[in-house]
Amino acid sequence: MGILLDEAPYILEKFPGGGYVITSADWFINWSRANSLWPLTFGLACCAFEMISSNMSKYDLDRFGVFPRPTPRQADLIFVAGTLSKKMAPRLKKLYDQMGEPKYVISMGSCSNTGGPFYDSYSVVKGVDKVIPVDVYVTGCPPRPENLIQGIIKLQEKIKKDTIKNNGRARIFNKNKS
Amino acid sequence: MDAQEYLTKIKAKFPDVTDVPVEKLKDGIPALSCPAASLFEVVKYLKEEGLNFLLNLCGTDYKEYFEVIYHFTSLENKVKLALKVKLPREKPAVASITPLHAGADWQEREAFDLLGIDFPGHPNLKRILLPEDWEGHPLRKDYERKPDQYD
Repeated sequence: MGILLDEAPYILEKFPGGGYVITSADWFINWSRANSLWPLTFGLACCAFEMISSNMSKYDLDRFGVFPRPTPRQADLIFVAGTLSKKMAPRLKKLYDQMGEPKYVISMGSCSNTGGPFYDSYSVVKGVDKVIPVDVYVTGCPPRPENLIQGIIKLQEKIKKDTIKNNGRARIFNKNKS
Repeated sequence: MDAQEYLTKIKAKFPDVTDVPVEKLKDGIPALSCPAASLFEVVKYLKEEGLNFLLNLCGTDYKEYFEVIYHFTSLENKVKLALKVKLPREKPAVASITPLHAGADWQEREAFDLLGIDFPGHPNLKRILLPEDWEGHPLRKDYERKPDQYD
């Protein structure tokens, strides 16, 4: 709580009707969400190995509170790492739907961003954003672990800007609409 | 027994099996061209004669016709032999050799899935790589991709 009380005053702002309590709850919730992102690992191709090595001791994603989970029910985040084929797309959608709110998506590598070198293929989805909404796109083919870590930091910055007003279903709904 | 002996024996037993012109072979494996009707009998004969291991089975689209290529080897004699079967473009079908070589099962399903070659006699001929509701056979040269919800 020491860190909380030290940092909280700098980000307080007025909120009609709620005052300081609501805004600091915002800050507290975002702080805890951003620092315990548990990802569902969804390794589809060679990007999976970069994702695995990011979790290993040298790059140690545990420093950021990123700790891989084997089931969507325990996950806040999904790494889509690799080439998503059209046969796999309904499975990805199903796993994403099984994750509890709030949930975030990091699209890792050229293939999952846009289809990559397989853009003209008959069987590859041209970007996972055709199937699920994506928060952060990590470039590279495959991205180095530093690049993935940068993507996680960007996602944490994004989460820290979030507010309760926008959370949960509303956030997802707005993103699909725009 | 070396490859030449196999070639002469097969050609003596099956008169409709012919040599493939040498300039067509890039990998140095002797090949025979076999009509679709006698393919099953030829493979059965090869299996009895010692060419008892199926290395590979693949389909090819040559625009005017399809071709199915079988590679066999003998585990005892270290002999390799290829069989090529020309199939008409309208209704490509050749007898399945899965009853003789169980390893042909998935490879025949792959040729069926991507090229639309029929293998009568196959125990479970359905799509193996693509989704089951897929339309068309994408490795055919005249395949036209229709945009779907993922494009």
